Amino acid sequence: MLSSFKSAPLISALGLSILSLSACGSGGGGPAADQLGPNPKLPSQNQYLIPPMHVASPESWGNRVPKVADGLKVTAFATDLKNARSLYVLPNGDVLVAEPKAPSEPIARPKDIIVGVVQSFGHSSVKGADQITLLRDTDGDGKADIRTVLITKLTSPFGMALVGSDLYVANTDAIIRYPYVTGQTKIAARGTVLTELPSGPINHHWTKSLTASPDGTKLYVGIGSNSNITEAGMEAEKDRARIWEVDRLTGAHRDYATGLRNPNGLTFNPADGALWTVVNERDELGPDLVPDYMTSVRPGGFYGWPWSYWGRNVDPRVMPRRPDKVATAIMPDYSLSSHVAPLGMAFYDGQNMPVYKGGAFVGEHGSWNRGNLNGYKVVWVPFAGSKPNGKARDIVTGFIAPDGKALGRPVGLAVDKAGALLIADDLGNVVWRVSAR
Amino acid sequence: MAAASIPARVRVYPVHAILSAYPLAFFTGALIADITYANTAQMQWANFAIWLITGGLMFGVLAAIAGIVDAIMNKGAPNRRPWPHSIGVLLMMICALINAFIHSRDAWTSVVPAGLTLSVIVTLLALATSWMGYSLESRQEVR
Repeated sequence: MLSSFKSAPLISALGLSILSLSACGSGGGGPAADQLGPNPKLPSQNQYLIPPMHVASPESWGNRVPKVADGLKVTAFATDLKNARSLYVLPNGDVLVAEPKAPSEPIARPKDIIVGVVQSFGHSSVKGADQITLLRDTDGDGKADIRTVLITKLTSPFGMALVGSDLYVANTDAIIRYPYVTGQTKIAARGTVLTELPSGPINHHWTKSLTASPDGTKLYVGIGSNSNITEAGMEAEKDRARIWEVDRLTGAHRDYATGLRNPNGLTFNPADGALWTVVNERDELGPDLVPDYMTSVRPGGFYGWPWSYWGRNVDPRVMPRRPDKVATAIMPDYSLSSHVAPLGMAFYDGQNMPVYKGGAFVGEHGSWNRGNLNGYKVVWVPFAGSKPNGKARDIVTGFIAPDGKALGRPVGLAVDKAGALLIADDLGNVVWRVSAR
Repeated sequence: MAAASIPARVRVYPVHAILSAYPLAFFTGALIADITYANTAQMQWANFAIWLITGGLMFGVLAAIAGIVDAIMNKGAPNRRPWPHSIGVLLMMICALINAFIHSRDAWTSVVPAGLTLSVIVTLLALATSWMGYSLESRQEVR
């Protein structure tokens, strides 16, 4: 009697404390619209005891399709892909889909096990194939009717860029050059390493976004940080959280811009030839910190990570402090709001959807670090000349079903030869095609 | 008079004592790792600390189970006074659990200042409860 009375409070007190800990971790987050644009509202930092976590559990699309803005229609260009992450359109209209296998990260502490489980709820059970698939629509009905595997045995490929007859693939550990002839549907040649890229053994942000300069002399590659906020140690961040400019002939590189936590969607604005990127900012400072952003990339610019965010807002988690670096941090151009996880970006210069000409589409993979989901859609940011001008508008939504299940998650974007927008959906493993009705 | 209330044969196994050694050593080790991290900002020390805290919590639960079994077996023994020990252990485990969450933050603030402070409190509680616990056990043995 005495002993059962003794054990009960121990267990219930532990249980209660766990419950109350999770209760104070329920940071939903405010309306995302408050943070769109060049001057987002930045709330004070909140390092929860248990950070807010909400990942939508997946469900198959079935016969459903995403919702599109007025005047547009959407079709499935290709289905049943294997971790469809990024897209590239070749000059003849063929569409390349990178299907990487995500590298596994070593377990450094107990949290890594828990975070891995939580995030796996939001990912497809279909494993990547470490290949690039080629899709061709011969009859122009908006559905691919020829499908071949262009290149196999890659290493977590993501970025792709064609310059002349050289096709560059950014594996997670190297940029590889392949000879390519227009119309080719299979590349058997072994590629040549142009340059190695920072990768393992931790390789936290592993996607290497790639684009070529308009004149074709340089490649630009995004290298994400090796941690959320230096918790893998400062040494692990050597050569990370930056964009490299790589000479296409020699493979020599230099830092083009630094302090960019996880830059993706590298692309040149056709209006003025400026390099743009979308950046995934740090987690675990609250549901409305830190805003993810898109920005033109200033050569030599430093954008704050890890020491500060959105200009000179110091992150207390980084030691040693570097006030000298913080003082030089540039403010990004345009906030997309917090935790939306932008991974794809495409300027629209096509004829098919003239309303969107001159602006940029952004693919938002969706949040995990806030109570209310954010992202899980494709938005369009209007531009006036070379600068964003106005609030981002939802163009493709419906990736979250009314019952809260995730049907898809947008990643890479591309504009096809007919001017339609292509969206890689790595949860539904579909390439969606959005065009004028 | 006292002899009448003593069970015919008291059996004491050292399981609870062995398991209790781990939280004492692990929580103390976590404090040392925290102090070293605070002095060096080398993340590996903070990683050591969170593994030690997690291990201390796991062995703490096992030790508590063994302790409850012991308590049942020695229910009738005189001079036991288990409550200060039990309440101390409960406090230690709650503080260690909160400390595990603090240590699961990223980088500097996973340790300084809240994690380090909690590690000091948990280590003091581990020492105090071990003192009380081992004394309690010797009282149970010496009858």
